[in-house]
Amino acid sequence: MSDSGNRDLTARIGVYVCHCGANIAAIVDVPALTEYAATVPGVVVAREYKYMCSDPGQELIRQDIHDHDLNRIVVASCSPLMHEPTFRGALARSGINPFLLQMVNIREHVSWVHTDKAEATAKAKDLVRAAARRVRLHKPLEKRRVEINPNVLVVGGGIAGIHAALTIANSGKHVYLVERQPTIGGHMAYFDKTFPTLDCAACILTPKMTAVGSHPNITLWTYSEVAAVEGYVGNYKVKVRRKPRYIHEDLCIGCQECVEACVYKEGRWADEFNLGLSKRKPIYLPFPQAVPQKVLIDRDACIEFKSGKCKKTCIEACGERMAIDFAQKETIEEIEVGGVILATGFKTFDARRNAYYGYGTYPNVYTSLEVERLVNASGPTSGEIVLRDGKKPERVGIIHCVGSRDHNTNRWCSKVCCMYSLKLAHLIRERIGAEVYNFYIDMRTPGKGYEEFYDRLLDEGVHFVRGRVAEVSDWPVHPSEEGKLIIRAEDTLAGFVRRIPVDMVVLAVGLEPQADARDVRRLFNISCSEEGWFLERHPKLAPVSTFTDGVFIAGACQGPKDIPDSVAQAGAAAAEAMALIDAKYVELEPYTAHVLEEECSGCKTCLSICPYTAISFVADIKKARVNEVLCKGCGTCVATCPSAAIEQNLFEDREIFEEVEGLLAYA
Amino acid sequence: MRKDKINPGNGQVVVGAYEPRIVGFFCTWCTYLAADLAGISRIKYAPNVLVVRVMCSGRVDPQFVLAAFAQGADGVLIGGCHPGDCHYQQGNYNCLRRARLLKRMLAQLGIEEERFRVEWISAAEGDRVRAVIDDMVQKLRALGPLKLNSEPALKVVGAEQEVREAVTV
Repeated sequence: MSDSGNRDLTARIGVYVCHCGANIAAIVDVPALTEYAATVPGVVVAREYKYMCSDPGQELIRQDIHDHDLNRIVVASCSPLMHEPTFRGALARSGINPFLLQMVNIREHVSWVHTDKAEATAKAKDLVRAAARRVRLHKPLEKRRVEINPNVLVVGGGIAGIHAALTIANSGKHVYLVERQPTIGGHMAYFDKTFPTLDCAACILTPKMTAVGSHPNITLWTYSEVAAVEGYVGNYKVKVRRKPRYIHEDLCIGCQECVEACVYKEGRWADEFNLGLSKRKPIYLPFPQAVPQKVLIDRDACIEFKSGKCKKTCIEACGERMAIDFAQKETIEEIEVGGVILATGFKTFDARRNAYYGYGTYPNVYTSLEVERLVNASGPTSGEIVLRDGKKPERVGIIHCVGSRDHNTNRWCSKVCCMYSLKLAHLIRERIGAEVYNFYIDMRTPGKGYEEFYDRLLDEGVHFVRGRVAEVSDWPVHPSEEGKLIIRAEDTLAGFVRRIPVDMVVLAVGLEPQADARDVRRLFNISCSEEGWFLERHPKLAPVSTFTDGVFIAGACQGPKDIPDSVAQAGAAAAEAMALIDAKYVELEPYTAHVLEEECSGCKTCLSICPYTAISFVADIKKARVNEVLCKGCGTCVATCPSAAIEQNLFEDREIFEEVEGLLAYA
Repeated sequence: MRKDKINPGNGQVVVGAYEPRIVGFFCTWCTYLAADLAGISRIKYAPNVLVVRVMCSGRVDPQFVLAAFAQGADGVLIGGCHPGDCHYQQGNYNCLRRARLLKRMLAQLGIEEERFRVEWISAAEGDRVRAVIDDMVQKLRALGPLKLNSEPALKVVGAEQEVREAVTV
């Protein structure tokens, strides 16, 4: 592309100032700004309108382009990251190149952050002037088209990942589902019943898990993690690290004879799936309905790995199937996908952080997730609700908001705890008839059938105490408190401090981002909120998209969510991914760099600076050359070139110089 | 609002209380988004920073900074992603390297160090946009207007001729 290209030096500029209702107009003097814009050299027409992004607003621009023969447009409204595509579309429909547009952010960067009208208006004038000067230098640009790889990667095999994977696979696309644990199922697999319908979690989840395991369009890799991601929307190259199970998945038939035959006759190691409430052997199946139905060996527990002197009765039991392989190594699979759905879920709050509730100190203080296992028919006690000493609790206290709505730990509401606490209260009351006390700050039960479920619990005789619990202790001050755990809380409705002795305390722990959410975020080049939840592109209008095209998010990795919301979001993410893929090709922003060969001295400085090795040295002419397909448009090489021999489309030196000069030129 | 400030364009004194004018170069992926977030969160801060959006802090040519000072900016603020978080892997490191060298050069030109800042502000740190901008504005208010020895001491390097032509259409 030549230096001056199709640059139109006879700019006829239209400036459009948006009120955004009162969002802009309440702080920026829009009429004054519009009047000022009309005086900037080159501006042929300047107009204001209530909602520039609306159809009539865009029509205004289209009409002016036609009537006044405009060839450059400035829109002063919201952030370009919000509506630049909208206005580019308006330009394109009006028959002029969409890149002959410059947006001025007078909402997020002016009216919403400043309070003084005069100052805000002055700043808006500076910004509009700069944009009007810059836009003259814009060149018509074309977007590049690249084909899209039709495969999709789903990371995380909880209910969100499962639902997304099945939705896409059912449409005939190929899905790679990568799960860190040895089985899919996620947190939902821990539950016995789901609120508010009390339907059996396993009955609705395990058929979906099995469907994933047997689906011809799904490649399921459990006990695996994404190790590296490169590429761009439509063409991601992903490396997946598959940890050794020491079992050949293709040979194991899930008979578990090896588990039976293990030299350890009883389990000795904390069973992860029962949160340590039961023991398992070194060779084990995570849980009976695990998908895939393949055992694995815990390297740290197995004698063969520790001493190499085990009798290896497991291998004997496996016999001619020969599925056990102590020499199995980690492998790396390389795949190519067009889109990615992250459904990496959450972790529960570590109740030890709130030491005053005694978790880890008093054996009869449980987390809600542990109680989910206790009430579960397939759990460590086969659904018997018993304390660690085997006794049935007569009185149970459920403490809400542990690690939620607390300025000392997490400020957010975890959204699901009220409802799951009600569910646990119901199950405990129904199964063993215990007195159940719920200690809550506020009952939060919005959702279909949720408030009705709360009403039902009130009728069932569950006690509700409104007040944050101060502490759980085992110090009796009255004979009736002997041998009990005493919950001390202010009953804010009754207006006094209560001491309620109970046998069992359940801490309704909140939801937190995964411990390595920030590493995953970096891997996929997306953003996190300050708390560590994955950041959506727009909280309302693009809730499953991210700022990285082709990467979508679903489920609790984006924020606390219950099962219906997670599934709904997973469906949305699947639809977005399919919409991307079905387009067959993707248009890439034309912000790429190119070398002006007559200026290039062949010093190769740019070659070392490019993180995408998009620049190569053409030996016969001794010049650098940018491969525009590999170039992602950061512009670092442009700033690096000592001869000013590299240009970046839409961010050319002269455009930025002009913008700076325009900003600082006095009105 | 801009007292005792010489307009480098025409040499006239602009009367009013002195307020520093700062040019910000914000990367699209982190700091520009953080400034958007500050807006969405209705965080209030000083109106003295005029932001130029670039794709990456690595795109900021030291000449942009010099040009801003030459055109009358009292300060320049570059905002990029935190180390390790660059959308383009390492553009912010390149930015930092250039900034180190540039700072020494600015000192030689007699430009106080408070006038040039590089800050890492992630997309989630709306409040940090406020903190950085308010702090810089406060420091530059105390420092007063930028005084360059002769005007214009620094000229925009590059294809300026064409720019002039374009502007004077």
